[in-house]
Amino acid sequence: MISFENVAYSYGGGELLSDVSLKLAPGSFHFLTGPSGAGKSTFLKLAYAELLPSSGRVTLFDNDVTKLSRDDVARTRRRIGIVHQDCKFLDHMTLAANMALPFTVSDRESDAQDMDDLLSWVGLKHLADALPPQMSGGERQRAALARAVIVDPDVILADEPTGNVDWEMSLRILTLLVELNKMGKTILVATHDLNLIRQAKAQIQARVLRIAKHRVQLAGADL
Amino acid sequence: MKFPKAKPASPATRALEVVPPSGPTAWLTTFTAGAMTFLCVFALALSLASGRLATRWSEALAKTATIRLSAPVEQVQIQTDAILATLATTPGIASYRLIDDAETKKLLEPWFGPGLPIEALPIPRLIEVVEADPPYDAEGLKQRLTAEAPGAVLDDHTRWRRPLAEAASRIRLLGVLSIALIGATMAAMITLAARAALATNAEVIRVLRLVGAKDSYIARAFVRRFTLRTLTGAAVGAAAGLVGVAALPAADAAGGFLTGLGFSGTGWLWPFALPPLAAIVAFLATRRAAFQKLKELT
Repeated sequence: MISFENVAYSYGGGELLSDVSLKLAPGSFHFLTGPSGAGKSTFLKLAYAELLPSSGRVTLFDNDVTKLSRDDVARTRRRIGIVHQDCKFLDHMTLAANMALPFTVSDRESDAQDMDDLLSWVGLKHLADALPPQMSGGERQRAALARAVIVDPDVILADEPTGNVDWEMSLRILTLLVELNKMGKTILVATHDLNLIRQAKAQIQARVLRIAKHRVQLAGADL
Repeated sequence: MKFPKAKPASPATRALEVVPPSGPTAWLTTFTAGAMTFLCVFALALSLASGRLATRWSEALAKTATIRLSAPVEQVQIQTDAILATLATTPGIASYRLIDDAETKKLLEPWFGPGLPIEALPIPRLIEVVEADPPYDAEGLKQRLTAEAPGAVLDDHTRWRRPLAEAASRIRLLGVLSIALIGATMAAMITLAARAALATNAEVIRVLRLVGAKDSYIARAFVRRFTLRTLTGAAVGAAAGLVGVAALPAADAAGGFLTGLGFSGTGWLWPFALPPLAAIVAFLATRRAAFQKLKELT
């Protein structure tokens, strides 16, 4: 699905990531961890072509990202659900309209029943007409997750999806991610919350990638 | 519970909705388009009027020439006969006519008032010559007149016609230049406004890119908005300009050879072309600005 071959990313003068080689196999569940500023977000951005590698090769769905046109990037992103820590909604549109946005921008209609089911799944049915600024952090995170999966993507990339919410809500979001993985989605979650990773490992076969010294390594089972 | 409809029907309307309303600055684009189109109507009127003026003057003056005879009293009749005889044998002249004293008096009346004792004044004799097609050879006629009637001067009006026509075509050029400048200024202003709107909405654009929107989709939202605003403003401006031009006093009453600043005949259709033209300018300017700006974002 997504593969990195000897990828390096640098900006300014320093190298943030170097010699990264890995593959996200379909249906896998990965955590990406490491200290703040280690390059977790950068890694994710490389994985959805927001950033291009300084060297090496990033392949998304068998396409070299450096060869993608801007429209190709747009099309690729319709197959990747992205959940940001700060969610990124359009504040002037209702939650329902925000969730339908991936459909709207590709001139497709969203199915009202699917939308209804999805809102129920994340427990936000009562907020369909609310504006994003009126919602709490946890509600926004769940809404972001719902928006990410509405077009039925193959891959879900989540950047600190539990960064702004309490433990109970974190578990709820984790449960949603685990359910998605069981439905066959490839999941990559960047987090520095080791408890969350432990909790996940109890429920599912999850692998942990750790960024240390500019490299991404597969962490041992011990954590 | 029935789920509320998330979106209205048309995809085009939806594209407009993804960009938040721009608030009180939105009318500035409309105003600019209106003001520019208003000015454009006058520039257009100026160009068309000067074009008409040039044609009218040229035509009126081109067909006729005047022979002026100034001679000692005892010579006047002899030389007049000589001139008329020369004209009668010159090819390329449709007709000629001696302007008699009564008519000369009438011509001079606006300048000297009625009751002019024309007999007491050394007023030159005037002979009007209307050229045929093909016209006579002016140089040849001049030389023959000099030989036959030394006091005769042929005035074929070229020295009047040329500067008038030149002035008129310069004015027309200025008008066209003004229209081009107004169009370019409008394009520049709309580009600036569009760039400002794009910069203000950078976060919105980022979200749209994140969920897989193509550049053309995002651009459409902005382009439609600015095109519609410009079209509205230009329509109001053109209407106001037309009212202004229509309200100008008609110059035909004041003098036959003057022409009023305004439109005539099919010329009235030109101002109606301005709003669509302004909309096309806005469409191209916004589209260019949008795609330039979007390239800066991933």
